[in-house]
Amino acid sequence: MDAYSFLLQGLVTASDPMMLFYALIGVTLGTAVGVLPGIGPALTVALLLPVTYRLDPAGSLIMFAGIYYGGMYGGSTTSILLNTPGESASIITALEGNKMARKGRGGPALATAAIGSFIAGLIATLLLAFLAPWIVKIALVFGPREYFALMVLAFVTVSAAFGDSALRGLTSLFLGLALACIGIDQLTGQARLSFGVPDLLDGIEVTTMAVAMFAVGEALYIAGQSIQHDDQVTAVKGSVWMNRLDWMRSWKPWLRGTAIGFPIGAMPAGGAEIGTFLSYAAEKKLTRHPEEFGEGAIEGVAGPEAANNASAAGTLVPLLTLGLPTSATAAIMLAGFQQFGLQPGPLLFATNPTLVWGLIASLLIANAMLLVLNLPLIGLWVKLLTIPRHWLYAGILLFATLGTIGANPSSFELGMLLAFGVLGYVMRLFGYPIAPIVVGLILGPMAEQQLRRALSISQGDWTTLVQSPIAAVLLGLAALAFIVPLIMRARGKGEMLSQMAGDED
Amino acid sequence: MKTFILASLFAGAMALPAAADYTIIAPANPGGGWDQTARAMQTVMQEEGISPSAQVQNVPGAGGTIGLAQFASQNRGNPDALIVGGYVMVGAILTNNSPVTLQDVTPIARLTGEYEAIVVPAASPIESIEDLIEQLKADPGSVSWAGGSAGGADHIAVGLIAKATEVDPTTINYIAYSGGGEALAAILGNQVTAGISSLGEFEAQIEAGTLRLLATSAPEPIEGADAPTLKEAGLDVVLENWRMVAAAPDLTDEQKAKVSADIEAMVTSDSWQKQLSDKGWADTYLAGEEFDAQLESDTTATDAVLRDIGLIK
Repeated sequence: MDAYSFLLQGLVTASDPMMLFYALIGVTLGTAVGVLPGIGPALTVALLLPVTYRLDPAGSLIMFAGIYYGGMYGGSTTSILLNTPGESASIITALEGNKMARKGRGGPALATAAIGSFIAGLIATLLLAFLAPWIVKIALVFGPREYFALMVLAFVTVSAAFGDSALRGLTSLFLGLALACIGIDQLTGQARLSFGVPDLLDGIEVTTMAVAMFAVGEALYIAGQSIQHDDQVTAVKGSVWMNRLDWMRSWKPWLRGTAIGFPIGAMPAGGAEIGTFLSYAAEKKLTRHPEEFGEGAIEGVAGPEAANNASAAGTLVPLLTLGLPTSATAAIMLAGFQQFGLQPGPLLFATNPTLVWGLIASLLIANAMLLVLNLPLIGLWVKLLTIPRHWLYAGILLFATLGTIGANPSSFELGMLLAFGVLGYVMRLFGYPIAPIVVGLILGPMAEQQLRRALSISQGDWTTLVQSPIAAVLLGLAALAFIVPLIMRARGKGEMLSQMAGDED
Repeated sequence: MKTFILASLFAGAMALPAAADYTIIAPANPGGGWDQTARAMQTVMQEEGISPSAQVQNVPGAGGTIGLAQFASQNRGNPDALIVGGYVMVGAILTNNSPVTLQDVTPIARLTGEYEAIVVPAASPIESIEDLIEQLKADPGSVSWAGGSAGGADHIAVGLIAKATEVDPTTINYIAYSGGGEALAAILGNQVTAGISSLGEFEAQIEAGTLRLLATSAPEPIEGADAPTLKEAGLDVVLENWRMVAAAPDLTDEQKAKVSADIEAMVTSDSWQKQLSDKGWADTYLAGEEFDAQLESDTTATDAVLRDIGLIK
């Protein structure tokens, strides 16, 4: 049988009413946990693993697939409406999405996220189905020096994309990089800047930091303003659905986000966040409405949301072709495979085609189910914004605290949440953008480790960084992205640039 | 509002330990070996009625030392609390200078274990373990080893190999990855000379012919593994990356005996054996004084090799 007939057969299996029911449970649970900060799809799948032990393989896989895609999607809802990213991959969505929501455009923001996720999930799942063996070969070419070059590109483009003051943006970025140094150095096993506190040995948890900075910091900031000075949040202005202009501005970012997110997800050390950063930076560069960035540009929601779902499908490429789990959820799914006596690896497509194609068909079904479940709910979700602000922000604080405690039952973690919340408040007060600090915390350790690995493999020879063609091209792009704006500024076009830069917060 | 209710239910469900049933702490993130061990225990205990509503709780961080510290301080004298751990924890306690050690809990039994495997990509000019040792002796820095986290079982094994070949262990070029999986990508991508991790991490690739197995760290040749042991290759290195279960500190003798009996009932059940074979884990059950003695000798040996590599001063 060829790939098509296997896929068709898988779709037939997966469209059995009972299977559709499992898919519905999966996406509902997945969306619910994606919404809750800290508790990710990995923990949910782990909790459900003993339950699914009694189901047949097809039923439990379809449920896993639903949870996985649902979790990637759910994070965007709270990012947009409450400025509280549920997962690190939806941090970027909060930037433009929450601005849109406050202007009464929460509906279109949620819709573009849902449809973008669907389209990205669809394209990426089909790419996974038909191109996985080739994609994984390309992904494996990425070694430490190529990853390092990719990180440099991400740093340059992303820090240029934030804020109207380069000094403030960089200050925030370097604060993040400094915080990223905390914890056990992965290459030597030595603790750095942990001051003998065991909880700091693993560094600062990104989601704790993001939730503190965005949600707690904001709640404090709102509470700190006097009641008279009330910039009223408009719950719904105009239609809750996307209008023609929204569609026109969304479809290209969806496709670009997919194109960026999928390959990065397929790389063993990629990670969903990097795709969302690069997608945001790309949309900001390419948009015809640069003045709207930082004020609620729909492209800034559409691109990153498509990117994070595409990378979720990308993650399955190394899992199915190499047996290589590159995210916590993928690791649990691997355990799930083993529960049915399967060993994912290069032979899985050959030895167990029915199950592999069944999983891929499940992903397609889960993806469609997610859209069906979420589009009608948008009207309900945006009503959250009509809750009086004091109730809403009290709720957000409760919600952020519960999520943090749920993910890691430790009072130290809670203390960090509050301390970073205060830091977020102070930074807001003095006009420092908060996204770069989170970006620094995520990219810093990756860049450092990859650089040191590259140098260790080359035994200290720095030229190794430009000897690989891929790394050289990526570094060249980074250099261009850095130098071109400088030249433009020198030629007196600085004004236009600073206009383009827009304010992120 | 639906979310709030769901959120509270979810967090509540996770925070509430069931009364009079075991709560198993997995001191790692979901997905890793310890988490899988804890969840396999949970499944078997539920199925066999040893503990009908056993719970698993993840307390990740720092090679398990964070979970261990929290476990020891919060469960003093609690006979219903268990923690999963293993060889990696022994190393992490030493390198992190952890204030809480395995002496502060009540080790019950070793449950399962995996041996280390040394592999090279299929395209590598290195054909046998002898070739690799030769290159290591000639220029230790030129052999880059990809493996799991620094100070873990993989790193320790490389240190032991260096010592056995009379190469200065501080000169080894070990490239630490966050786990066997990420290291696997580096090996398959020809980024490094050799790879070292649990045999299970590489098995599918070896079978498919994309990796070449050079040697294992088992005491006896492993069935189905087409390579000599390090011992057969003339290196005095045997290393088992084992996983264990421990109970809370300050238990009475009766309480300890009850936990030991429950674990033994679990290990001898058919559903535990099925879990082991599904996951490809070896049954290396060891309990009582023998386990205590092995734990002590492993700790001493690990301390010595970590000093040699230069990870503890």
